[in-house]
Amino acid sequence: MKVLVPVKRVLDYNLKVRVKPDGSGVDLSNLKMSINPFCEIAVEEAVRMKEGGGGHAKDAATEVIAVSIGPEQAQETIRNALAIGADRGILVKADGEVEPLAVAKILKAVVEAEKPDLVILGKQAIDDDSNQVGQMLAALLDWPQATFASKIVLQNGKATVTREVDGGLQTLDVDLPAIVTTDLRLNEPRYASLPNIMKAKKKPIDVKTPADFGVDTAPRIKVLKTAEPGKRQAGIKVKSAAELVGKLKEAGII
Amino acid sequence: MAVLVIAEHDNTTVKDSTNKVVTAAKAMGADVDVLVAGSNAGAAAQAAAGIEGVRKVLHADGATLAKQMAEPMEALVVPLMAHYDAVLFPATTTGKNAAPRVAAKLDVMQLSGVIGVESADTFVRPIYAGNAIITVQDTQPKKVLTVQPTAFKAAAGGGSASVETIAAPSGPFKSAFVSEEMAKSDRPELTAAKRVVSGGRALGSSEEFHRVLDPLADKLGAAVGASRAAVDAGYAPNDYQVGQTGKVVAPELYVAVGISGAIQHLAGMKDSKVIVAINKDEDAPIFQVADYGLVGDYKTIVPELMDELTKAGV
Ligand SMILES: Cc1cc2nc3c(=O)[nH]c(=O)nc-3n(C[C@H](O)[C@H](O)[C@H](O)COP(=O)(O)OP(=O)(O)OC[C@H]3O[C@@H](n4cnc5c(N)ncnc54)[C@H](O)[C@@H]3O)c2cc1C
Ligand SMILES: Nc1ncnc2c1ncn2[C@@H]1O[C@H](COP(=O)(O)O)[C@@H](O)[C@H]1O
Repeated sequence: MKVLVPVKRVLDYNLKVRVKPDGSGVDLSNLKMSINPFCEIAVEEAVRMKEGGGGHAKDAATEVIAVSIGPEQAQETIRNALAIGADRGILVKADGEVEPLAVAKILKAVVEAEKPDLVILGKQAIDDDSNQVGQMLAALLDWPQATFASKIVLQNGKATVTREVDGGLQTLDVDLPAIVTTDLRLNEPRYASLPNIMKAKKKPIDVKTPADFGVDTAPRIKVLKTAEPGKRQAGIKVKSAAELVGKLKEAGII
Repeated sequence: MAVLVIAEHDNTTVKDSTNKVVTAAKAMGADVDVLVAGSNAGAAAQAAAGIEGVRKVLHADGATLAKQMAEPMEALVVPLMAHYDAVLFPATTTGKNAAPRVAAKLDVMQLSGVIGVESADTFVRPIYAGNAIITVQDTQPKKVLTVQPTAFKAAAGGGSASVETIAAPSGPFKSAFVSEEMAKSDRPELTAAKRVVSGGRALGSSEEFHRVLDPLADKLGAAVGASRAAVDAGYAPNDYQVGQTGKVVAPELYVAVGISGAIQHLAGMKDSKVIVAINKDEDAPIFQVADYGLVGDYKTIVPELMDELTKAGV
């Protein structure tokens, strides 16, 4: 079984983004970029399907392909996936913002070329917080989907997926080929070892462009303004629980 | 113009989030219809008809819609969009699951987690866990939005819209519901609660989490939430998680107990009206957003707080 894992290069999750003073966007210059945490979890799960582990039989997956749509530097994100254990990469080179719909269309074309049985994506990219590419890809391919996965069991041409939903957990059976998106508790990604980082440098990465797949990446949405969120008024420290209850009463909260 | 709102409901009643999304739809200056998709959901359809300002309720009923799964929701909503300019889903796990399928089928780029409606085509949404807020113009002929319910006031009751029955999709679909494990609680639902008491890694164990926070929540009539660290460590169930990747809450009172205040956590609660933080580290970032901070060990502070609340007649 072939598994395709789309990985996005995003601002490192430990860093706080800066809004440009003129409101024209966010300033990412000189900030550390990393693989989107949810995508890292997706790679880890796919690699476990190959190596065995995480409840998966060894060789449940035969090949893991990492694909990223982004600038030249997204190569590093793909190398990151290769160091975790993916076999090869595809970089679809595109400068500037590519919206989720266009990403989904490019991924559809990649799926049609590679014919994987399973695509595992992150549930959301922590930069645009869109939470939509996986579902869109499923719709474009007319495949079933299981989003927000905290457990995946492969069996008899099906994936049984436990999903994190608002009220608790839900379990679905999806026929393969299928789309799964990862939630945080699916697994804990390994630290790539130095030998594996070295090995990853030799794994092949194919470079393409959106035009190769006939996808137009012109944005549909116009960003008029980017602003800092409203700042909360700095509060006060109270000395005791009694003082706190007094303040809450004054404020009419209790 | 006409906007379709997808109702969040339990087949009997409509959730408050539906009323809030109706408010967002009204702000687009449109006729607003509500779709209730469910199984034996007649009562929920009637309840939706009572939301003020709703023109018409569409009621689709059938076994395929029992769990509002993504594939049948796509099959139901896409053809309806011939009659609507926009469709608004609540940004709940159910809404987030289905909306992008509808968008892709309509060849529409979706706007996720909308927190403001400035006009029929101009919207406000957070990016980077709420550390930047963008105002965007969406001129696509059809629009698909997920709406953050906590950002809007609930539309009142007192309406009397008509209910029109429409057919449920018959399938077959390539995904099947197997089971669910829903947390049962007599407490108010986290995203709708007026008060929330949340615990973090400091609580140290599941027993301690419940021993300390449950009585405080009961006293305040509050829902219980948690940080991701507390959920990951197994102190609290996953549906308690508040934050960028959990639930977004905006209660009148949010009490954070032993939570440091990481940006991902703040993304889920910083719009609360009053924030109280109890933390033994006076430099914890949570104090930067707290209206009232109490520096100290929760083990002594929470019992004192319980006593003081009792004294104050709470
Ligand atoms: C992609 C991604 C998404 C994430 N999404 C979320 C999310 O949605 N929600 C979320 O919450 N986190 C999220 N996180 C995790 C987040 O970065 C933090 O790790 C997490 O919020 C920390 O939880 P905490 O405050 O409980 O734990 P800690 O940061 O360990 O803080 C514990 C606090 O308790 C205090 N304390 C200890 N003992 C006591 C005591 N006896 N009395 C009083 N105070 C005490 C300490 O001073 C400390 O401030 C995410 C992370 C990533 C990478
Ligand atoms: N530019 C991209 N390149 C590769 N994968 C992407 C890209 N953008 C989004 N994805 C995938 O889609 C998931 C959800 O992203 P989003 O819908 O933008 O929140 C991510 O976790 C990735 O797996």
